[in-house]
Amino acid sequence: MVESKGCACASPAPAPGGGFWKSGGWLLAALPAWIALYLILQPLAGWLAFRTLGLAPGSRLGEAVAFFVFEAPKVLMLLGAVVLGVSFVQTYISPERTRDLLAKRTGAWSNLLASLLGIATPFCSCSAVPLFIGFVRVGVPLGATFSFLVSAPMVNEVALFLLFGLFGWRIALLYTVTGVAVAFVSGWILGKLRMERHLEPWILEIPFEASKASDTPMGFAARLELAVQATKDIVGKVWIYVLMGIGVGAFLHGYVPAELMARVMGKSAWWSVPLAVIIGVPLYSNAAGIIPIVQVLLAKGAALGTALAFMMAVTGLSLPETVILRKVLKPRLLAVFLGTVAAGIVLVGFLFNALL
Amino acid sequence: MKIEVLGSGCAKCKLLAERAEEAAKELGVDFTLVKVTEYPDIVARGVMSTPGLVVDGVVKSQGHVPTVAAIRDLLR
Repeated sequence: MVESKGCACASPAPAPGGGFWKSGGWLLAALPAWIALYLILQPLAGWLAFRTLGLAPGSRLGEAVAFFVFEAPKVLMLLGAVVLGVSFVQTYISPERTRDLLAKRTGAWSNLLASLLGIATPFCSCSAVPLFIGFVRVGVPLGATFSFLVSAPMVNEVALFLLFGLFGWRIALLYTVTGVAVAFVSGWILGKLRMERHLEPWILEIPFEASKASDTPMGFAARLELAVQATKDIVGKVWIYVLMGIGVGAFLHGYVPAELMARVMGKSAWWSVPLAVIIGVPLYSNAAGIIPIVQVLLAKGAALGTALAFMMAVTGLSLPETVILRKVLKPRLLAVFLGTVAAGIVLVGFLFNALL
Repeated sequence: MKIEVLGSGCAKCKLLAERAEEAAKELGVDFTLVKVTEYPDIVARGVMSTPGLVVDGVVKSQGHVPTVAAIRDLLR
């Protein structure tokens, strides 16, 4: 599962404006239809698996198929709605504006602000290098830049709302707060270590021009059009990974006994947290694809801290991004960066397994 | 008209290049399309979030892939 990151990259582009009633009217019609379909999904899936296909309720295959035909449309519908909403809000936010907000800050506040802005700012890991250079060259502290680079992929805004829709607000909040905490602390430590001399020198020497945040006024219609386009692009790209994730989840749900999962990923197995991180890093997947797997792991008795650590490692640390960052960070700084973030994730896992 | 597509070569950059070419052909203008893939060149043009679209030296869009119709307006 590589190159599947759905970047909700959208920033204002000049386009003709228009009112809500001209262009958003279809939303009002689509919303009740969406809700109605969402509500009848469960009986519909049961009818499809047990009546139409004639599988026996309680059988392994029956339960796996019923899981899949219920979860697949549910997660895809949630994903579509969440991506549309997030993409719309993100037309108001751009990395350029975030950079300008951070440029004047220093100290721990800059780390906290960067970690929080990292959640909402549209960020694509493929532009990590120009973004890094842009931040550093306009004077954003190195530590705050790292806080942003950790938080932006790890506290994924789409994952946040998917978690809310699938698990409720407690787990969504837990995920956000711990992700921000890891980003805040690791960026703060990296800032304190004064590692500026471990940046590749070319990024400070090359000609540089600070890009401007585009602030062309945009109407509701133009923003909605951008959001719809972004939703088509993103869902069109990640749906296959979501289905793969649900497929793996369905298999686990039907065929893997709960006792086994509890023994391997339960609270009593302390080593499962670092192991989950080690397994999670090379598995680069979209957050939307990993959530169905996490859902089943939890239902099968995996400890919450372990599952959370696994998800953060998959989305927050990735091999492709590490390779990209090597262009701006010397090996030692890169190693310290990876080590700090990985340690933070492991700590979060231990903390939750101990507390809950 | 010189159209530059800025980005290290991810899927979105390729999509932007395809759409920019389509838009320019629809307009029927004389154009050259260049893919700028090296980071120092991208940064020197003042773009922080890729993919970026630069027309005759002016940054027209960055951080997302506009539709063909939107690019047509940007090229005019």
